[in-house]
Amino acid sequence: MDNILEMKNITKNFPGVVANDDISLDIRKGEIHALVGENGSGKSTLMNILYGLYDADSGEVFLNKKKVDITDPRTAINLGLGMVFQHFMLVDTLTVAENVILGSEPARMHFINYKKAVDDVARLAKEYGLRVEPRSKVADISVGQQQRVEILKALYRQAEVLILDEPTAVLTPQETEELFQVMNNLKKQGTTIIFITHKIKEVLAISDRVSVLRRGKLVGTKNTKETNHPELAEMMVGREVLLRVEKTPAQPGKTVASIININVRDRVGTHKVKDVSLDIMSGEVLGIAGVEGNGQQELIEAITGLNRAESGEVLLHGKPIHKLPPMPIKKRGVGYIPEDRHKRGLILEYSVADNMILGLHSQAPFVEKFLFRNEKAIQENAQKLVEEYDVRPPNIKQLVQTLSGGNQQKVIVAREFSRNPEFLVCSQPTRGLDIGAIEFIHKEIIRQRDNGAAVILVSAELDEILSLSDRVAVMYNGEVSAVLPVEKTDERQLGYLMLGGDAQKAEGDVEIETAAE
Amino acid sequence: MWEYITFFFNATILAAALRMATPLIFTSMGGIFSERSGVINIGLEGMMLTGAFMGMMVSHYTGSPWVGLLGALVSGAIMGLIHAVASIQYKANQVVSGTAINIFAVGFTVFMLRTIFNVAGTSPPVPSIGNVSIPIIVDIPVIGQIIGRQNPMVYMALILVVVVHIFLFRTDWGLRLRSVGEHPKAADTVGINVFLTRYMAVIMSGALAGLGGAYLSIAHLSRFGDGMTAGRGFIALAAMIFGKWTPFGALGASLLFGFADAVQMSMQELGIPRHFVQMTPYILTMVALAGFIGRATPPKAIGKPYEKE
Ligand SMILES: Nc1ncnc2c1ncn2[C@@H]1O[C@H](COP(=O)(O)OP(=O)(O)OP(=O)(O)O)[C@@H](O)[C@H]1O
Ligand SMILES: [Mg+2]
Repeated sequence: MDNILEMKNITKNFPGVVANDDISLDIRKGEIHALVGENGSGKSTLMNILYGLYDADSGEVFLNKKKVDITDPRTAINLGLGMVFQHFMLVDTLTVAENVILGSEPARMHFINYKKAVDDVARLAKEYGLRVEPRSKVADISVGQQQRVEILKALYRQAEVLILDEPTAVLTPQETEELFQVMNNLKKQGTTIIFITHKIKEVLAISDRVSVLRRGKLVGTKNTKETNHPELAEMMVGREVLLRVEKTPAQPGKTVASIININVRDRVGTHKVKDVSLDIMSGEVLGIAGVEGNGQQELIEAITGLNRAESGEVLLHGKPIHKLPPMPIKKRGVGYIPEDRHKRGLILEYSVADNMILGLHSQAPFVEKFLFRNEKAIQENAQKLVEEYDVRPPNIKQLVQTLSGGNQQKVIVAREFSRNPEFLVCSQPTRGLDIGAIEFIHKEIIRQRDNGAAVILVSAELDEILSLSDRVAVMYNGEVSAVLPVEKTDERQLGYLMLGGDAQKAEGDVEIETAAE
Repeated sequence: MWEYITFFFNATILAAALRMATPLIFTSMGGIFSERSGVINIGLEGMMLTGAFMGMMVSHYTGSPWVGLLGALVSGAIMGLIHAVASIQYKANQVVSGTAINIFAVGFTVFMLRTIFNVAGTSPPVPSIGNVSIPIIVDIPVIGQIIGRQNPMVYMALILVVVVHIFLFRTDWGLRLRSVGEHPKAADTVGINVFLTRYMAVIMSGALAGLGGAYLSIAHLSRFGDGMTAGRGFIALAAMIFGKWTPFGALGASLLFGFADAVQMSMQELGIPRHFVQMTPYILTMVALAGFIGRATPPKAIGKPYEKE
C-alpha cells in the first residue's frame, strides 16, 4: 500500500524539553494507524505540527509523495487533513451546525445559507452514523455528542486524513464502541485515520499498525497483528508494566464517612441523587460503578462541598460536614481528585509549585504571619512532590497549562495524596493517563488505603473498579442499586446493573437492554 | 395620574429621547463589534470625543458636514487601530489601553482646539447636518411628531442596528467574529485568522464610536466643546452590556437611557434632582451585571489576548 503521509525527521523543542526528537513516521493510505506513548511523549505535539498549529524546528512533511509546507490550519484543511483535538475545539454558544460550518460556511455574498448548513450536517451525520441534532447548542449536548460534532467538522471539510487525539479518553465504553463503528465506516470509505490512545486494548481492537513514542522519540512501528499487549506496554514505558494491581485483602476498620439519605437536585430541578446512603470504612476502597451521568458526579460534589445536597447528611467521624464549604472540608482530611481537571483541580495559568499548594495556600508553612507567601516552603514542597510523583518535565516554575494532560493529573494527585487524607474521594483518577501513570496512581490509591484511608473511587472503567475496589456500589438513575463485595461480582454483572438491571435477577439470563442516550 | 404619564410620555419628550439615544446607538454598536471579537473597548469615550472633534474640524474646512462625518469615521477608526495594535499585537491590558485612549483624547482635542482655532472651551459654529422630514410619516399624528422629522443621523442609527444584527447573525463574517470572541483557539483550528478578525472588529468599533461623537458636534449641535461627550461613551458601553451584547438589546437600552436623558429637564421642574436621573444608566448596568434580568454573559474570551502555541 502507498504512503499517503510521510513525516521526516521532525524535531520540536519547547523550553526545557525536546517534545519531538527526530521523528519519522509513515502513514499508509486507508489504514487506521494508532499512535501511543506515555503522557508527555510528544503525540499531541507531533499532530499539532502536522495540522499547522505548531512550527517544527526542523523536518519535512510529504503528502502523496509531494513535499508540503503546512504553516497554519487553513493549509492543513485545504490539503485534506482533519483533526479532533484532545481538548475539544467547539464554540459552545453556537449550534452544532454552526460549529461544523465555521470557517467553511455555505454562503452567498457572505450570507450564510443556514438551511443548507443544517441539511448538510444532518445528511453527513446520517451517512456516517454520527447521531447528533444540528440545531442543538453545543453547550447542551453530552461529551460523546460533542465529539461527533468534532468528527463531523473534519468530514464536512472532506478530510482524507483524520487525526483523532485521544478520542476515547472522555467516552463511556458504549460510546467508544460506537466510535469504533464510525471509524470502521470511515475506513471503508477510504479515509486514513491516525488514532491516539492510551488503551492498548483499543489499539489491538481497531488499528492496522501502531507507532510508539517515548520521551519524544519514535520507538518503533508494528503491524498490530504481529504484536501483543505486553510488548506494546513495554515499548511505551521502557520496562515491564504490571497490568494487574497487586493488593492484599482489605482490612476494614471503623467507619470514617457516612453518607445518609442524600438527595441532590440540579439547577433545573432534576432529581439527580436519590436517597443515597453509604458507609465507607477506614482501609477500604468503595468503588462506584455506573454509566456517566447517573448521579455520581452530583453525589461527589455534595460530599466535597462543591454543591449543596437538598437533604441528607454526610458525616466524617460522626460529625456532619455537609453544611461546610469545600475548604474546611479539606482541612478535616478529605482529599479530592476531581473528574474535570481543568475546571476543578488546577489553575492552568499558575505554576506547578502554586498548584501544588492550592487549598493549603493559607496555611503554615506556605504562609507566614498570616500574610506573606513562604517561597522557600512552597518550592521545597513542589520540588519534593515533583520528584516523588515523577511529574515531567520536573520544572516547578512551569505553567501547568503547558504540561501534557497526564502530567497535569499527576500534579493534582501529588497535592491531594501528599496530605495523607483520611477520606479520599477520587473521580475518574486515571482518565487520559498512560499505563505507567495509571499503574503508579493505582499503587498510590492502594497505599493510601493500606495506610488507613477510606477511599471512594468513581470510575467509568470497569477494569479499574474491579481491580481496585473492595466493595462496589452501582449507581443507576440517581440511586445506588446494589452494593456488592468485589469478589462476588464480575464485569458482566456490573455492566448489567449499570444499565438498570435488577439486582436480584442479575445472575439470570435476562436480556440486556441498551441504555437510552 | 394621567397627567404624570403625559408629562413624561409625550411626543416632544419621546422625540428628544430618540435624539439623545442616537450617539449611544452608534457607539454601542461599535462596542458590540469590539467586545464580540473578544477585545474590551473602554476607550469608546475617547474615540467618540476624537470623532466629535475631527467631524467638526473637517466640516469647518470643507464646508460639508457630510465630509466631516467621513473625517469622524476615519479618525475614530485610527483610534481603534491604536487600541488594536496595543491590545492585540502587543497584548497590552485592554482596559489600560482603552483608558489611555480616553485620557489621550481629552488632551488631544483640547490642544487641537487651541492650536487650530485659537479658542478655549468651544469651537466656532461649523456647518452641520440639518433635520429632514419624511413625507407621509410626518403627517401621522403622534408618530409623525416623534420620528417624522429628525436628523438623518437618527435614521442612520436605526438602520445601523438592523445592519449590525444581520451582519452578526446572518453572515459568515459575523459567525467568525463571534467565534473569535468566544473561543479563539477553536476559530484558529478551522483556519480563521484570529488577529485579523480582531483588528477589523476593533477598527470598526472606533469608526462607529467616531460617528457617535460626530453626531454631537455636527448634527445635534454645530460646534465642538471640550469634553462634550460627557461620559456618553461609558453609557454606550453600559447600553451594550444592558443589551447583552446584542444590537437590538443595545438599541433598547440606548433608547431607555436616551429617555432618561430627555426627561431630566422635566424632572427638575418636579423638583427631583437631575443627578438621580443621570445615575440610571449605571444603576441599570449594575442590575444587568448582577443578573437580575437574566444573565448577561460576556463573550468568553473577552479581555484575553490570543497566544499562539
Ligand atoms: N505549549 C507548550 N509549551 C511548553 N511545553 C509544551 C507545550 N506543549 C507541550 N509541551 C511539552 O511537550 C511535551 C510533549 O507534550 P504533548 O502534549 O505532545 O504530549 P502527549 O504525548 O500528547 O501527552 P498526553 O498523552 O498526556 O496528552 C511535554 O513535556 C509537554 O510538557
Ligand atoms: Mg496529548
